[in-house]
Amino acid sequence: MNPVNYLYLAALLFTIGATGVLIRRNAIVVFMCIELMLNACNLAFVAFSRMHGNLDGQIIAFFTMVVAAAEVVVGLAIIVSLFRTRHSASVDDASLMKL
Amino acid sequence: MSAQHLAAYTTSTGEAFQFWVLGTIAVIGALCTVFMKKAVHSALCLAGTMIVLAVFYLANGAYFLGIVQIVVYTGAIMMLFLFVVMLVGVTAADSLKETIKGQRWLALLCGVGFGVLLFAGIGNAALTEFNGTGQANANGNVEGLAALIFTKYVFAFEVTGALLITAAVGAMVLTHRERTERARTQRELSEQRIREGSYIPPLPAPGVYARHNAVDIAGLLPDGTPSELTVNKTLRERGQIRDVSTEALNDLRALEQRAEERLERRPIAPETFKRTEEASK
Repeated sequence: MNPVNYLYLAALLFTIGATGVLIRRNAIVVFMCIELMLNACNLAFVAFSRMHGNLDGQIIAFFTMVVAAAEVVVGLAIIVSLFRTRHSASVDDASLMKL
Repeated sequence: MSAQHLAAYTTSTGEAFQFWVLGTIAVIGALCTVFMKKAVHSALCLAGTMIVLAVFYLANGAYFLGIVQIVVYTGAIMMLFLFVVMLVGVTAADSLKETIKGQRWLALLCGVGFGVLLFAGIGNAALTEFNGTGQANANGNVEGLAALIFTKYVFAFEVTGALLITAAVGAMVLTHRERTERARTQRELSEQRIREGSYIPPLPAPGVYARHNAVDIAGLLPDGTPSELTVNKTLRERGQIRDVSTEALNDLRALEQRAEERLERRPIAPETFKRTEEASK
């Protein structure tokens, strides 16, 4: 098997995630799709790291994971506070700037 | 060259098999994440995809990242997601009505176009180099990563620490809510209820007279209609109320009919009623 297949899989997962972000309107699901895109990028980094035979790709994937963890914490906090004020997690309602 | 090194240099048939089987599962999981109606199902599908990706990391020689993926992503992040879904998403059903006309199809079109671009890009790239991680992992994967993190990437590592602290403080600031007024006592609440003229006595219990006493079944009013007040507000919002009022009325009707058949009574026609009324006049 050609290891480039890992890159194709990463591209496919990234595309699915991007489509999900455009399609879904539940903020939590949109957020999950973003996580899927980040994971797809990580897979591409790891595959590149193997192709080039050095660990730099893995380091970048590691930093991506750390940033994703921080991002999830803040993002979910925003969703929870949005839900508190509007009683819905739909991104449509969040377009209104006022309560 | 040892067998382990050889395995790292070439992709074996076993790895190809693993790739095609687990890759299919990953794509199905990703699709389910996007298209499942309930947020809980999406989260579980995404967790499955992430575990598959962890296996891929291990297969690609990223042993540390594979374990971190399972521990951090599926263990911490996805469970945080599930936690928030429990807090937020259970009552909030995702409305499937389109607010912008044709948005879904346009989004799908954009997604397909983007995918075609990515695939064409990868297909045209000169990806002939393939070294394998055998050399890089010679002293152990974790040791190799540590050597890089604490020398070449030490600044990025320190910035990451600052980022994590900022994120923790930010989450606390966003979710913390200062109580600006004193919590009202039970006495004040009951006084307010009486002043507003809302429902004053305790709420009626659910259940229908010893036949069903489950909490999700509304109690019946004297005319046979279910009473909204008897069911918990949360169940009402989720639409998880079972209505057995029609069932009970149908049962009663059948029982009456059976009793009348047994007593060999005939149903009284409405005309006879009228006639007796006229006679009494």
